[in-house]
Amino acid sequence: MIGLSHFLVLAAILFAISVAGIFINRKNLIVLLMCIELMLLAVNFNFVALSRYLGNIDGQVFVFFILTVAAAEAAIGLAILVVLFRSRRTIDVDKLDTMKG
Amino acid sequence: MITTAIFWLFALVLVGAAIGVVTSRNPVYSVLYLVLAFFNSAVLWVLLEAEFLGIVLVLVYVGAVMVLFLFVVMMLDVNVEKVKEGFTRYMPIGVFVALTIVGQICYVVWHKKMGFELMVTPAPTPEGYSNTEAIGEVLYTQYVYPFELAAVILLVAIVAAITLTMRKRQGLKVQDIAAQVAVNRNDRVRIVSMDVEREPSTDGESS
Amino acid sequence: MNTLLIIVLAPLVASIVAGLFGKQVGRAGAHWVCILGVGLAFVLSANVLYGLVYGGNPVINERVYTWMVSDGLHFEIGFLIDNLSALMMCVVTFVSLMVHIYTVGYMHEDPGYQRFFSYISLFTFAMLMLVMSNNFLQLFFGWELVGLVSYLLIGFWYKKPTAIHANLKAFLVNRVGDFGFLLGIAGIAYLAGTLDYAEAFAQAPAMADQQMILIGDWSWNAVTVICVLLFIGAMGKSAQVPLHAWLPDSMEGPTPISALIHAATMVTAGIFMVARMSPMFELSPAALSFVMLIGATTAFFMGLLGIIQNDIKRVVAYSTLSQLGYMTVALGASAYAAGIFHLMTHAFFKALLFLAAGSVIIAMHHEQDIRKMGGLKKYMPVTYWTSLIGSLALIGFPGMAGFYSKDIIIEAVHESHTWGASIAYYSVLIGVFITAFYSFRMFFLVFHGKERMDKHTREHLKESPWVVTVPLVLLAVPSVIIGALTVKSVIFGNFFDDVIYVHPSQDVIGVISAHFHSVLGFTANSFKHPPVYLAFAGVAAAWFIYLKRPSIADNMAKQFSGLYRLFENKYYVDHFYEKVLAAGSRGLGHGFWKYGDEAIIDGAMVNGTANTIGRFAGWARKLQSGYLYRYAFAMVIGLSGLMGWLLFKS
Repeated sequence: MIGLSHFLVLAAILFAISVAGIFINRKNLIVLLMCIELMLLAVNFNFVALSRYLGNIDGQVFVFFILTVAAAEAAIGLAILVVLFRSRRTIDVDKLDTMKG
Repeated sequence: MITTAIFWLFALVLVGAAIGVVTSRNPVYSVLYLVLAFFNSAVLWVLLEAEFLGIVLVLVYVGAVMVLFLFVVMMLDVNVEKVKEGFTRYMPIGVFVALTIVGQICYVVWHKKMGFELMVTPAPTPEGYSNTEAIGEVLYTQYVYPFELAAVILLVAIVAAITLTMRKRQGLKVQDIAAQVAVNRNDRVRIVSMDVEREPSTDGESS
Repeated sequence: MNTLLIIVLAPLVASIVAGLFGKQVGRAGAHWVCILGVGLAFVLSANVLYGLVYGGNPVINERVYTWMVSDGLHFEIGFLIDNLSALMMCVVTFVSLMVHIYTVGYMHEDPGYQRFFSYISLFTFAMLMLVMSNNFLQLFFGWELVGLVSYLLIGFWYKKPTAIHANLKAFLVNRVGDFGFLLGIAGIAYLAGTLDYAEAFAQAPAMADQQMILIGDWSWNAVTVICVLLFIGAMGKSAQVPLHAWLPDSMEGPTPISALIHAATMVTAGIFMVARMSPMFELSPAALSFVMLIGATTAFFMGLLGIIQNDIKRVVAYSTLSQLGYMTVALGASAYAAGIFHLMTHAFFKALLFLAAGSVIIAMHHEQDIRKMGGLKKYMPVTYWTSLIGSLALIGFPGMAGFYSKDIIIEAVHESHTWGASIAYYSVLIGVFITAFYSFRMFFLVFHGKERMDKHTREHLKESPWVVTVPLVLLAVPSVIIGALTVKSVIFGNFFDDVIYVHPSQDVIGVISAHFHSVLGFTANSFKHPPVYLAFAGVAAAWFIYLKRPSIADNMAKQFSGLYRLFENKYYVDHFYEKVLAAGSRGLGHGFWKYGDEAIIDGAMVNGTANTIGRFAGWARKLQSGYLYRYAFAMVIGLSGLMGWLLFKS
């Protein structure tokens, strides 16, 4: 029988994969953004599953908001990416070390 | 029984797609894998009786956000080989951290006995229950202000994205109405006072 | 009590007025206020002495002010006025007064006129504090103040490099002595638990039975240790071998200072202190032997150096060293009264000699080389006669002041049974000849014989002004009569009965006084003993070598060139100090600087801290790579770490 823990562990696996993705794809900003989307998906999974198992619709409302913010974030993130690419002709993260102390 | 099968099937595909997202060498494949992951998630959400969110996920994410991603990936001339350099360098630490996180959550879920196993699967919602309606009811009453805030956030995101990416290209043969209207006389006409010049001699004509 | 306070404070106030308000009071104001201050102190001191000796006034031992009480140890200011300190007060203030008056003439062209008066008044104050003290703390205060002012005065002409060198040397050498002195005072405070003279002396016999462990299990009698340490302090102040090196160099200061330091104040402090501590020194024959041997060495060897000096002031300086040796020998022979008596007579004739030398120097336009003088007799009669009196007093011409004191010292050493007394006896005996020789060598070279100065100087030769000659005359009078006047009461009377304690078995003065009947008899009796003849022989030898046959002197210098060079280099003591002690300390300091300071403190601690922080920061800087993903990594790793901690902490 599928229980709550199945969904939670599935979400954890998704989250962990996206974390690993951040490590692995450290150079590619686009994939990094996608990993963040995946992470948010994992979080949403938890919300949805707990909302269902607790019988509380509020969790789904939160997912709704998260989706909204994630969409905005993706839009702005990609816009920044485009501007970045225009100005530097690359999106190689290794070259973006202006913040170096 | 059928739900168990559906869960395992889609969960496995979801995990596989997620792995595909992070490991594929070409960002285009990553985007496509992510689309697949969102589809599977949507199915699983429907399984959790969050039909509205499942559909929103497909519509908004797959239909809009992922298409945007795809646009950008296609638009930017990303040197795939270079970007993938040092791919394996951080692999061990990444896998280690991932396993740690999974292990920790599994520990919480299974070992810490937080009562998850006591939460029996609720009975399926009755006929005629609308998930969309239920969400709408709370969203427009209890969460009306956050909802409007979310709308503002989206607006800001639109404006921000446009301002960031918009640029004025030089040399376009288009009319700039605002510039035409804003023209000032002093910018164009210069009055110069000068001495009267003598007429050049017209000997040739007179003789 | 008020009188005593005025005696002490009058010079101090004068010094402050002259020093801090020198501009306002002007030159005349400065010297008047100082002379009046010191003169007042002298008059009152004389009154105190008169009251004690003839008026039957009781001995004063009073506390004026308690500075602090720490663990039962009283730190106070107090006065102990008995015959000893009253006598010292009179000597100090009288000589100081003479020097003050003399300075008016000697320094009148100097730009630091007011400063000079301020210093010498302060010097008088310091010396009065020292002699009037009734406790070790105040003694030490006066002691150090004297050292400080001597430093200021020797380096008075602070633009002269040799003066700076000399005052630094005086200060440093005195510091060595003061270290011993301070240890001695600490030993007294430790063993007796008090700094008061009377209380400490009362406990001295108990201390004599104690042993003091110095290093390991090498122990000494406690009183011997303390006395030797105190005497080391006296060696510094009173310029005894081997801490004598500063005194000849201190001639770099103005001449009045030489008179003040050498005759009345600084150098007498050590002698006075030992006499004051007689109840303690008497308990330690070992310390007395030590004192006597040091004194004998100084008396003999420093006198020898006086023979070859050519600087008029240095000759007098070496004679001071030698005479201080005599006083110290007297102390070692338990003839404290004789030591103090000689101190007093010496104060007069040595001040006289110095001031006379200063008078000559003024006349010679600050030329101090006696080889360039000669025949001054006819130009400077007053200086000539007073110098003659001073020299005769110094060599112990019968009837003069120095005669009585020196003869008694020699007699006392002869009678003494202290270990080393026979060596000391022969040292001081030969010393008489040497003293006479170098005194009259200088005298003849300066006042008789060919006129060896250049023409310009000769034309300007004239007697010094009255402010210079009056003190000379005033000092010449006691140089003649003070010995004959006071020898009976001071030495053979009961002047020091309650002040100086002499163990009956060591009472050499008592032995001598058994033979004493009258001053005249004593004088006549002296012709039966060798010292008088030795003195005459010294004068005769000086006359023969330096007036009659000047070539002999040069021949002798060539003949004994090795010895001459040894003398010229002052037995290489200065060389030893400079090459071994100073270089050694410098090496040690260099080592501390290089390894202790530079390597450990600067290198490891100061820069080490900075370097460690720098290195740490350099390492931490690498964390700040600017790469976004690294920050993300840090966040994620931190997150998992935090989760782990939350999960497993219980």
